[in-house]
Amino acid sequence: MIKIEHMSKSYGPYPAVIDISFEVLKGEIVGFLGPNGAGKTTTMRVVTGFTPPTDGDVTVNGYNVVSHSLDVRRHIGYLPETVPLYLDMTVTDYLRYMGEIRGMNSSWVKDRLPKVIDMVRLGEYKDTLVGRLSKGYRQRTGIAQAILHEPDVLVMDEPTIGIDPIQVVETRELISNLGEEHTMLLSSHILPEVSAICKRVLVINDGRIVADDKPGDLSEKLQHAERIEVSVRGAEAPAFINAMRDIGDVIDARSDQRVSSTQRAEREEYLPFIVDARPNAQAAEIIAKTVIENGWGLSNLTPLPMTLEEIFLKLTTEENLGE
Amino acid sequence: MRFISVIAIKEIRTYFASPMAYVVSAAFLAITGFFFVASVSDAFAVASIRGYLAGAIFFMIFMSPALTMRLIAEEQKLGTLELLLTSPLREFEIVIGKYLAALVTTLVMIGLSLYFVVVLFVYGDPDVGPLLSGLLGLVMYASATLAVGLFASSLSSNQIVGLVVGSGILTALTIIDFVSARLSGIASEVLDAFQLGASFSVFDLDSFGVAEGGHFADFARGIISLADIAYYSSITAVFLLLTVLVLEARRWR
Repeated sequence: MIKIEHMSKSYGPYPAVIDISFEVLKGEIVGFLGPNGAGKTTTMRVVTGFTPPTDGDVTVNGYNVVSHSLDVRRHIGYLPETVPLYLDMTVTDYLRYMGEIRGMNSSWVKDRLPKVIDMVRLGEYKDTLVGRLSKGYRQRTGIAQAILHEPDVLVMDEPTIGIDPIQVVETRELISNLGEEHTMLLSSHILPEVSAICKRVLVINDGRIVADDKPGDLSEKLQHAERIEVSVRGAEAPAFINAMRDIGDVIDARSDQRVSSTQRAEREEYLPFIVDARPNAQAAEIIAKTVIENGWGLSNLTPLPMTLEEIFLKLTTEENLGE
Repeated sequence: MRFISVIAIKEIRTYFASPMAYVVSAAFLAITGFFFVASVSDAFAVASIRGYLAGAIFFMIFMSPALTMRLIAEEQKLGTLELLLTSPLREFEIVIGKYLAALVTTLVMIGLSLYFVVVLFVYGDPDVGPLLSGLLGLVMYASATLAVGLFASSLSSNQIVGLVVGSGILTALTIIDFVSARLSGIASEVLDAFQLGASFSVFDLDSFGVAEGGHFADFARGIISLADIAYYSSITAVFLLLTVLVLEARRWR
């Protein structure tokens, strides 16, 4: 349904999204997870045809977002991050107008409107001015306009941001239910939220996709390993790697491919390696001991931050719903 | 076409549901009323709407942008522009729809002021030619100023910026003859060709002037010239097109 191939988007000289590719299949609910400023909103704006990509191809339902923008927009329901509402209209008037500009005729609107109002449970507020609604009800009005015209694809940008905990729970339920009928791309910076709603998670950071997995597998990967950078003198590469692999808590050891040959020459006889060890194993200590026992020289022993872990540190991994 | 009318109807409703249309109409009626009365109340006054027209076109420099300043700026501020631009609407449908709403509101406003004409027929014997051409000119003039106002509204999310820029452009086109009077030759003639029509001599209560070389002068005199119609139509078309371009450019940011 949504297919993104090597898409990049820059605002002037500033890259917001860099060469991302992914596909959302029909009926899938995909969570788009990343810290603020990672490129979630930008990607969603490209998918919805609001802004064209700087580079790459994006298609929705087989239509290209640049060349067939109107066809794309006809098939998409979009809830932007700041819920766009006309505060001086009633809920019903607002939704009717939204339906009309999506090309719904009056009998379709008449038929569909009560169902949608019922679905998002706005019944008792349907004649209230949007400006008088609480944040949670505004959010529901926003969701209602996104699903009103029965779009194939739903794109929701941070649908639970800034609403109170009880309403968050309700909104999530609502979104989960919508997922049964729609293909959905949903963004969030809250890990548990995505885990609760989505069956697949894309993690985006600094404009790049760094993980694409089921929510469960993702958490497992997080606890995967401790990574250490080691520089050693006097050891042949295979000998060092074997010695490391003999240590019980070491998962893997390999030459550090990030260091170029010129840099290697500068470092003279010190060879760079990467060692992955089980967490909490005091790996650095054991590695140092092994190196010295073998009579090699040690010049560097640095724990490396795991990229994914680093990203997750920036994410909200816990939430307090005050229950 | 359907989308244009959907947007126009929504905007017209918003105009009349908010104080804006009423405030601007009231100000328009008060101001034009003053100029009308002042121009026909002398002992030997001519039964014409010249004073009314001069006052109307002068104050439209401020009233038209006041009427249009909300139209696009507010959509940007509320974020609803993002909805409009992700709906299957073309930019020109949004622009034309909103423009028509402002134009209809202005026509209602002008319509309300037409009791001046009735008064003239009851108490005097006005010349019908200049009256009709004057009203036609007023509508042409209003449509041009509204297009400028709409363009100004598209420039930022701040309504006041829209008002100031819109009135600024219209004022510049109005006082252009101050500049051209200090130039000579081609430059002066070219500038004169852009004279919008109103003049500060409106405050001269003996003449209730409109700009002599301007495009409104003939309308006020009872002459309908193609050049004047073309001028106002061009201003309208150019500024509506610019508005569409501003909206399209917004996507590429």
